[in-house]
Amino acid sequence: MFRTALRNVLAHKARLLMTVLAVMLGVAFVAGTLVFTSTISDAFQKSSAKGLEHVDVAIDPTTPDDGSETPGSAPDLTQKLLDRVTDVPGAAAATGDASGFAAIADKKGKLVGDGWSTRGANYYPGKDGKDPRYPMRDGRAPAKKSEIALDAKTAERAGFKVGDTVRMSVNGPVLEQKLTGIFTTDDGNVAAGGSIALFDTRTAQGLYTKPGRFSQIAVTAADGTSQTALKAEIEKVLPKDAEATTGKTLADDEAKSIANQMSGMQTGLLAFAGISLFVGIFIIANTFTMLVAQRTKELALMRAVGASRRQVTRSVLIEAFVVGAVAAVTGLAAGIGIGAGLRSLMGSFGGTVPDGPLVVSPGTVVAALVVGIVVTMFAAWLPGRRAAKIPPVAAMSSVHAVATTKSLVLRNTIGALFAGSGAAAVIAGTTMGSDGKLPMGAGAALLLIGVFVLTPLLSRPIIAAAAPLLRVFGISGKLARQNSVRNPRRTAATASALMIGLTLITGMTVIAGSVQQGIDKMATDSLKADYVVSMANFTPLSPDVEKTLTEADGVVATSPMRNSPSEIGDSTEYLTGVDPKTIGELAELPFKKGSFEALSGSGVVVDKATADREGWHVGSPFTVTYEDGRKGQLKVGGVYEGNEMIRGILVDKDTLAPHQSEITDMQVMVKTKDGASQSVKDALEKELGNNPAVLVEDKKDVSEAIAQMFTLMLNMLYGLLAMAVIVAVLGVINTLAMSVFERSQEIGMLRAIGLDRRGIKRMVRIESLVISLFGGLLGIGLGVFLGWAAGELIGTSLSTYELVLPWGRMGVFLALAAVVGILAALWPARRAARLNMLAAIKAE
Amino acid sequence: MTTTPLVHQATAVAARATELTKVYGQGETQVVALDRVTVDFRQAEFTAIMGPSGSGKSTLMHCVAGLDSFSSGSVRIGDTELGSLKDKKLTQLRRDKIGFIFQAFNLLPTLSALENITLPMDIAGRKPDRQWLDTVINMIGLSDRLKHRPSQLSGGQQQRVAVARALASKPDIIFGDEPTGNLDSRSGAEVLGFLRNSVRELGQTVVMVTHDPVAAAYADRVVFLADGRIVDELTAPTADTVLDRMKRFDAKGRVS
Repeated sequence: MFRTALRNVLAHKARLLMTVLAVMLGVAFVAGTLVFTSTISDAFQKSSAKGLEHVDVAIDPTTPDDGSETPGSAPDLTQKLLDRVTDVPGAAAATGDASGFAAIADKKGKLVGDGWSTRGANYYPGKDGKDPRYPMRDGRAPAKKSEIALDAKTAERAGFKVGDTVRMSVNGPVLEQKLTGIFTTDDGNVAAGGSIALFDTRTAQGLYTKPGRFSQIAVTAADGTSQTALKAEIEKVLPKDAEATTGKTLADDEAKSIANQMSGMQTGLLAFAGISLFVGIFIIANTFTMLVAQRTKELALMRAVGASRRQVTRSVLIEAFVVGAVAAVTGLAAGIGIGAGLRSLMGSFGGTVPDGPLVVSPGTVVAALVVGIVVTMFAAWLPGRRAAKIPPVAAMSSVHAVATTKSLVLRNTIGALFAGSGAAAVIAGTTMGSDGKLPMGAGAALLLIGVFVLTPLLSRPIIAAAAPLLRVFGISGKLARQNSVRNPRRTAATASALMIGLTLITGMTVIAGSVQQGIDKMATDSLKADYVVSMANFTPLSPDVEKTLTEADGVVATSPMRNSPSEIGDSTEYLTGVDPKTIGELAELPFKKGSFEALSGSGVVVDKATADREGWHVGSPFTVTYEDGRKGQLKVGGVYEGNEMIRGILVDKDTLAPHQSEITDMQVMVKTKDGASQSVKDALEKELGNNPAVLVEDKKDVSEAIAQMFTLMLNMLYGLLAMAVIVAVLGVINTLAMSVFERSQEIGMLRAIGLDRRGIKRMVRIESLVISLFGGLLGIGLGVFLGWAAGELIGTSLSTYELVLPWGRMGVFLALAAVVGILAALWPARRAARLNMLAAIKAE
Repeated sequence: MTTTPLVHQATAVAARATELTKVYGQGETQVVALDRVTVDFRQAEFTAIMGPSGSGKSTLMHCVAGLDSFSSGSVRIGDTELGSLKDKKLTQLRRDKIGFIFQAFNLLPTLSALENITLPMDIAGRKPDRQWLDTVINMIGLSDRLKHRPSQLSGGQQQRVAVARALASKPDIIFGDEPTGNLDSRSGAEVLGFLRNSVRELGQTVVMVTHDPVAAAYADRVVFLADGRIVDELTAPTADTVLDRMKRFDAKGRVS
C-alpha cells in the first residue's frame, strides 16, 4: 500500500506542487515565527545577562505594594548606605547608579537613536579611579557639570570626537556639554541602536535623582562569597524602604519578563500563521478530492482486486503524509530563512534587537513537522473517505465516472443555519456594550463558517449576475462563466480561501480607519491650544520648559499637565494638575454639569467615567491622600466627558504642588497670538533651544501621529495577511490547472472547431477572474459587516466613533482580487492553449 | 504496388492532398504514417476512408482537416494551401471552412443543444443564417430538444446535434472521425442518413473515417488505405462489396 501511495505522489508531482507550496508557506510562517521569537528573546536575555555581569547583589528602593510607581518620587538610596554596604563582609565593591533618559542630538540637531533606549548615567569611579563598566577608549571620564562621555557607537554615528560640544537634553532644557571621553561598552541597548551618555556622579544625581542619592546600588562579591551570602549580609544593614536582590534573581526575572513579552508577539504571529494554514486546508482538500476523482478507475480496480475500503483510505492518507512531510521539511528550511530575514528587517528599521546567533530549538523543528503533516492529513481525510466509497464496478465503466454531485440541500440548510445564527449573534452583540465581545466573536466565526458552507449556493446567482459584463468577451466569456459554476463545490472552496483573507483585511481596515477618525476627532475637538509640548518619549518635562514658553513672544496662554498619583478610598487615581486660569482657553471639554469655573483651590472637575464609578455629583466632597501621604479635602465642581487627551480628575496645579516631591510636566499646552503656523512653531522650537528631545506639536501633528500609528499597524497586518492571500493564489492556480486537465477534451474540440489559442487563454483567465472576484466580493462584504459590528461595540467606549467606509481601499482590495485571478491564470491558461489538440480530442 | 492517381477533372475539388507524407519520430524509431498520398475530395461527394488499424486513415483525415501538421507534400482546402499556414490562420480556416464530427460527440456540457449548434459561429462572432439553421435543425429533427443540455440527450441525439453543429456554419467540407463509433446501429444509421442527405440535398461535401463497412456503404466513394498508402478505391459501394475488398487486403496482408 505504501509503495502504491508513493508512486502516486511521484506520478502527480506537478499536481501536488501547489499543495506542497501551500502547506510549505504555512509551515514556513510557523517556523519563521518560532525561530524569530526565540532568536530575539535569546539575544535579549544574553544582553541583559551581560548588563548584570558586574552585579552580584542589587539594592533598589522598595516599590509600593500596589505596584503604582510614583513618577518623580525620590529614591532613598543614600551615599551613606553605599558606604555602609561597601564595608559589609564579603563585598568587593559597590557602585551607585543614577540614571535616566538622555537624548543626544547629532551635528544637524537630530535625535540619535529612537528615544526609548537612549540613556544617561553616572560614571562611578572605583578605588583605582576607574569605573569597570565603562572603559575609556579616548579621552577621560567626565568630572565636571559641563562634561560628558559617550559610547563609541553613538559617537561614531553622530560624528563626535573628544573635545566637541554635544547638545543634549534630559528633561526639557538643552544642555551643551563638552565631550571629554569615548568609552566602549557591550551594553545590549547600545548594540541595538541606543546610546549611553555618562555624567559625573554629582551631575547625574542632579539630573536624575537628588544630591547624594542613587536610584540603584550594585554590589560585587569578593572572591569566595556567594550572591546569597552577600545578600544576607547586606540585608542586615538595609533600611526598610530598600531591598536587595541577587544578580541571578534579577537575570531570571528579566528572562521571564522577556519571555512574556515575546510570547505575546509569538501568539499574534502564530495566529496569522494559523489563518494561512486554515486557508491552506481548502487547497489541500481540493487537490486530494480532484486526485481521487481522477483516479476513480484506478482505485476501483484496487477495490476490485481485493483492497478493503480502509486500505484505499489509508493509501490516500499515506499520500497526504508524504506530501505533508515534504512540505513541512521545506517549510522548516524556509522558515529558518524567514526568521533570519525578519531579524535583519527589524534591524534595518532601527529596531532594538541586540546581536545574537539564530536559534532553532528542537521545539521549533517538531512544531513545524507536526503542523505540516497533521494539517495535510487532516485536509486529505474527507477525500480519502470518499475514495473508499468508490464501488469496484467503477473500474469497468469506460468513461471516468463523474463525481456524484450530492444534493446541496443538506449543505445549504446547515450553511443557512450557521450563517443566520452567526449574523444574529453578531448583531445582538452590537447592542450589548462591552459584554458583546463574546457573542460577537462567536457569531463572526459562525457566520464565516456558514458563508463558507453556503458559497456553492451563492456562486450561481452572483456569478450569473456578472453575465452582462462578461458578454464583452464573447464566447470565451460565456464559456468561462459557465465553467466557473460547473463544479460549485470546487469553485466555493477556491473562492473561500481568498474570501477569508479579504474578510480579515477589509474588517481590519474598516475598524482601524473608523477608530482612527474617532480618536483623531476626539483629540483635536477638545484641543483649543495651538501647540502641545512634550518629551519625545513621554518622560516628564522640567517646569523650566513652561516658564520659557510663557515668556516667549506671541504666547498668550500656557498650562502644564502634571500627573500625580493619589489614593481615593481604596483605589489609586491620578490627579492631573492644570492651570485653572488658562485651562479654559486651552481645552474644550464637553461639560455635563458645571464648568472650568469651578476649578480652583479645593474645587476639581472630573470626567464622567470617574464620577460614575465613585458615585459623585457636582458638589460631592471627597478625601484624597496625596503622593506625600498627607490627606486633603476636594470637592467636585464639574463633570465632563473624558477623551484620549484629557480625562480623570483635573486639579488646580497650585493645590497639588505642595504635595509633589518633584514638580514635572507631562505636557505643556500653549496658545499663541497668531495661531498655529510653521513660523510660530519654528519660533517656539527655537525658544526651547531646538531641542531634539522635545516635541512641539499642533493639531495637525497630533492627527498625523495618530494616523501614522494606525498606518503602521495596518501595514503590518496587511503584510501578515498577505500570506493568506498568497496561499489563496496557489489555490486558484491549482483549481484552474485541474479544470484545464479535466476539460482537455473540450478544449481540444474548441480548438478543432476554430477557437484560437488566444480565445482558449482568455477563457481560462476569465474563469479565474470570475472565481477570484467572487471570493473577493464575499470577503469584502463580510469584512464590512464584521467591521461595522465591531465598530458598534467600540462606539460604546469611544463616543466620537463613526463608521468610515474606506471605499478607495475596498476598490483596491477588489482590484487585488482581480490581479490574483489574472496572475493565477497565467500558467494554466498557457497550458490550456498549448494542449495537443489531437490527443485531447481522443482522450477519454 | 503503385498508387493510382485519383484525380478527376469533371467536378470541382473541395480538398486535395498531393504527395502527402507524415513521419513520426526519427532514426530507428521512425514510423511513416502517410507515404506520399495523393487524393482528391470532390465537392458534393460523400467519401469514406477505410483501412485497418494503423493504416493511417485517421492521420490522413487530421492532416487534410488542418488538425495535424505533415512532413512533406501539400494539402489544399479550396484554394488555400495548408502547409504554409501559421496556427492562427489555420484555426480561422477550420472555423470558417471546415466542419467536424467526432466519435465521442464532443459537445460542451454547459451549453444547450442550440448553443452547441451555433458554437462555431459564436466563436467567429458571426450571426448564424437563421433560415439555414432552421433547415439543418428540421433535417436532424431535434427542434423540440434545442433547450436541452447534452446530458439530457441520448447518444444518438447528441451526435445529431454534433452533425447539426458541423453543418450550421455552411463549411466547404465536413470531416467525420468514426462518427458512428459510439452509437448503436439504429442511431448510427440515422446519423449516416443525415450525412448522406446533406450531400444529396444540400450539396455538402463530407469525408468520413470509418472501419464499419455498413457505414461506408452510405458513401459515394470509398478510399482504402494500408500502411500509409492508398491501395484501392470503390465507387457506389455496398456493405458487401466493401467487406469483400477488406477481406482481400486482410488476406494479402497475411500472405505477404
